[in-house]
Amino acid sequence: MAVQHFKTSGFDAAVEAAPLVMIDFWADWCGPCRMLGPTIESLAAQYEGKAVIGKINVDEEPDLARRFGVMSIPTVVFLKNGLEFDRKVGVMPAGAYTQVLDENL
Amino acid sequence: MSFDVLIIGGGPAGLSAAVNVRARGKTVLVVSNPLEENPLWKAKKVDNYLGLPDISGPELLKTFQTHAEASGASFLTGRVLNTAMAGERWYVSVGSDVQEAGALILAAGVVRSRKFSGEEAFLGRGVSYCATCDGMLYRGRRVAVLGWSDTARREAEFLTEIGCQVTYFHNPRSCEITGGSAVEQVNCDGTALAVDGVFILRPVMAPTDLFPGLAAENGFVTVDRQMATNLPGVFAAGDCTGGPLQVSKAAGEGLIAGQSAAKWVDSHRK
Repeated sequence: MAVQHFKTSGFDAAVEAAPLVMIDFWADWCGPCRMLGPTIESLAAQYEGKAVIGKINVDEEPDLARRFGVMSIPTVVFLKNGLEFDRKVGVMPAGAYTQVLDENL
Repeated sequence: MSFDVLIIGGGPAGLSAAVNVRARGKTVLVVSNPLEENPLWKAKKVDNYLGLPDISGPELLKTFQTHAEASGASFLTGRVLNTAMAGERWYVSVGSDVQEAGALILAAGVVRSRKFSGEEAFLGRGVSYCATCDGMLYRGRRVAVLGWSDTARREAEFLTEIGCQVTYFHNPRSCEITGGSAVEQVNCDGTALAVDGVFILRPVMAPTDLFPGLAAENGFVTVDRQMATNLPGVFAAGDCTGGPLQVSKAAGEGLIAGQSAAKWVDSHRK
């Protein structure tokens, strides 16, 4: 499954139904975010059918960024049935994300 | 853009590395702060660089820079914020740009200030290292910018332009960042200020912040005789590897790192 691009509308329904979700908060103007992009894409392929991997553009969806208290990008937030249980701020090696995903599958 | 070798730092070690990468016929990009912000720029006299006695820091730096330019190195002014490896290539973010290279040479000098109280705890909850990345998230809000250079001052101006309420602290020595779930206050050298965000714009990021997993001891990068670090394709040279913090030592290590990086690129070319 490709990376999901979440919008404010339909967001709650999409994440509450999913046992495990990882969301990358990003923006066009952010170099580190663009650097993380390929990692997120490959994780989406790797965890297809196991976890929902998505992105939120903080420029287009400021309400979601505010709701999650995102104050620095990239920030990657992990949710179980819509509830946050972990987050990683800044660019991390892929292993930092897979560790959280694997422990919560 | 894509290069064979990318060098972080444009002082004696970085420029020496650039000349030697070019001598091996490889493309090279040097990413650095403006030359005038190099610590060597402040040296009135350098008296132990072989063959060039009684030369000033600025003269020496300009001589090195001219040599590196003539060798065909490319230059980019900016601060490196992150690095990441994917598929045997290194990606480096500089402001809002991303550069790509087969090998990296870290020659960014020494970090002259320790982390402030609360800095690590509030990272991502009000503390930021990147004005271009996070500035938009603070529009209409109060932020403090802690800066040590003209570049930092310009980033503070950028934050003002996009609508942040900026207070600039120049050369703060000791700061404390406090708050609850997010930053609420910063106190620098006795001046306390209620803020929503604190941008800490040091001239140089700590090596271990730039490269997660990089081996270092007492803040200095661990290298072998080839100037190789523990990370694949990453070499280091100059003050960041330890003392003596002298120009000759930096230039010598830059030479080795440049040659080692060029060799690495040759042996990993697909």
